[in-house]
Amino acid sequence: MSRPDRGAPQASGERGAGPTAPAGRIAARFAALQREGRGALVTYLQAYDPDRETSLAILRGLPEAGADVIEIGVPFTDPMADGPSIQRAALRALKAGATLAGVLGMVREFRAGDAATPVVLMGYYNPIFAYGVARFCADAAAAGVDGLIVVDVPPEEADEIEPHAKAAGLDLIRLVAPTTDEARLPRVLAATSGFVYYVSITGITGTRSATREALAAAIPRIRRHTGLPLAIGFGIRTPQQAAEAARLADGAVVGTALVDTLAASLDEQGRARPDTSRQVLDQVRGLALAVRGARQAG
Amino acid sequence: MSKPLPNSFRQGPDARGRFGEFGGRFVAETLMPLILEVERAYDEAKRDAAFMAEWRRLLAHYVGRPSPLWFAERLTRHLGGAKVYFKRDELNHTGAHKINAVLGQILLAKRMGKRRIIAETGAGQHGVATATACALFDLPCTVFMGATDVERQQPNVFRMKLLGAEIRPVTSGAATLKDAMNEALRDWVANVADTYYCIGTVAGPHPYPMMVRDFQSVIGEEVRAQLEAAEGRLPDALVAAIGGGSNAMGLFFPFLDDPSVRMFGVEAAGRGVETEEHAASLSRGRPGVLHGNRTYLLQDGDGQIREAHSISAGLDYPGVGPEHAWLHELGRVEYVSATDEEALAAFQLCARLEGIIPALEPAHALAHVVRLAPTLPEDRIIVMNLCGRGDKDIFAVARHLGVEM
Repeated sequence: MSRPDRGAPQASGERGAGPTAPAGRIAARFAALQREGRGALVTYLQAYDPDRETSLAILRGLPEAGADVIEIGVPFTDPMADGPSIQRAALRALKAGATLAGVLGMVREFRAGDAATPVVLMGYYNPIFAYGVARFCADAAAAGVDGLIVVDVPPEEADEIEPHAKAAGLDLIRLVAPTTDEARLPRVLAATSGFVYYVSITGITGTRSATREALAAAIPRIRRHTGLPLAIGFGIRTPQQAAEAARLADGAVVGTALVDTLAASLDEQGRARPDTSRQVLDQVRGLALAVRGARQAG
Repeated sequence: MSKPLPNSFRQGPDARGRFGEFGGRFVAETLMPLILEVERAYDEAKRDAAFMAEWRRLLAHYVGRPSPLWFAERLTRHLGGAKVYFKRDELNHTGAHKINAVLGQILLAKRMGKRRIIAETGAGQHGVATATACALFDLPCTVFMGATDVERQQPNVFRMKLLGAEIRPVTSGAATLKDAMNEALRDWVANVADTYYCIGTVAGPHPYPMMVRDFQSVIGEEVRAQLEAAEGRLPDALVAAIGGGSNAMGLFFPFLDDPSVRMFGVEAAGRGVETEEHAASLSRGRPGVLHGNRTYLLQDGDGQIREAHSISAGLDYPGVGPEHAWLHELGRVEYVSATDEEALAAFQLCARLEGIIPALEPAHALAHVVRLAPTLPEDRIIVMNLCGRGDKDIFAVARHLGVEM
């Protein structure tokens, strides 16, 4: 699988914002973890939830708390693939003034202090389309974003984003679902770079979890079609589930469970309390401990 | 017009489900294989004579098609201009045009072996039609309806329950049609194996805009034959209300390649297109991606979807079918709008002059007919789609007129 070389001249787009980035943060991170013999903890948080300052504080604390890859949810009014927790997070974020440009600004500030942790933006197409796809990809790369997950752009429509993402050196991370059959897998995987995100259930985020048996059958099926790292998401809530997913695949994505902790920490008006970020980061520490303790089988 | 006109306006969509740049299949990967399955099944079904014959049989004997084409003589005299005809789709079983496409889709769902039906609804007309077809075919039916709409469309909510459907009030967002559609899509993602999503309008991912249009085109095909019999010619103008745009596509599509036929799609202007409270996505929106397709959307500068407003729950949607977006850009169809007040006035006018209480949706179309007819000579013919009856709206209208019921 060829991937864009972030060390190439266009990477000079990472202008001025702190330490120089190593080439291909996503590939580098997964390779390093493979050498350690463990999977990645991928954590999701919605930008601007419940406000910019709190969410930036959490973002900055994530690498130290043990997140290996950071997924930042881009708020959208109509998150079709998300359950109630992330829907509410999006509404809190939009109320707090979130915009796509604002999210890129947060990443820029994060990058000023962290050159190594991969950052992936996850969201829906319309805000990107409204921003302008080419300009967005360039600005995202310049801000220090490494990859994109655009939930409602399947391979059939990806030609709208792919050339621009590639030109900017952004990985386009694709979702593979239990409904993605053998005939379709090669097509979905062909355009994927960075890692593959396995949506482990047929359903929306934060609703139910896949069984161990279902995962044990699904992961080898996808591995036969790709050499890329494989992360499992949707329905991973506990340290034990995260450890198991990270052992089975190359990474475990935890989203709703963290968003729920954040939501539970807010006051009656939905505002952050002094220990909101600490509560979220403590949970990340617990997840990281479990993932680090789970050595991968041969 | 800056873009070259196609040889035919009736060739769309292309293999990717696009009408020009509009349409497409913008759905999550989990749904994509299912969308492709619906497309394959529909392609086969529409070429299967037995399938189409069964649909036609249901239209004739269950729905009561063809619906009459009524010369609205008193209205014509009152307006003093072109002759006005009503296509009486409000006389269909269930009281609106929605049943035409629902029966086609339920037959398709059965053919695909699906055992559960879900639908979204705004005014409740599509929900009632879907619940009706599910009762007839003995399929469990779940209807997603914004909690705001549940409140303002109580008669239809009760109808759906009588028909055995489960109603899921949706409280996210503004709790109207857009949010009901989000929730239906979320349910579908979670129940891909056994569930068919019966979409009520010419929107959503390909093949829905094409499939719903094809089924609804029975409206325009009948008008063509009926007007030929009554007047020996084509109409000069067609007028239909636009929410998602299914009744309008059904009326317009068979006439798109007849250049002498002008077409008017009437969007809901709510409290006025110059205010923030309207549902005029073509007049005031811009292209974006929502609910599986690219089309004109009401949205802010950052691509966040704005809430629509209309007195009519059936038009209260911030988007529009992609084929309308395409016809709008090509200039083939003229998209205009009517306010809540204009629709209310037309609603009352129709009741008093023609003895027909229209739904608030076609009352918007009528509001444009009221403007248009007097500007045309008496030998011109306007056909308006009276796509639904107003029983469901009398409580809302009474409230607006300050009448206690």
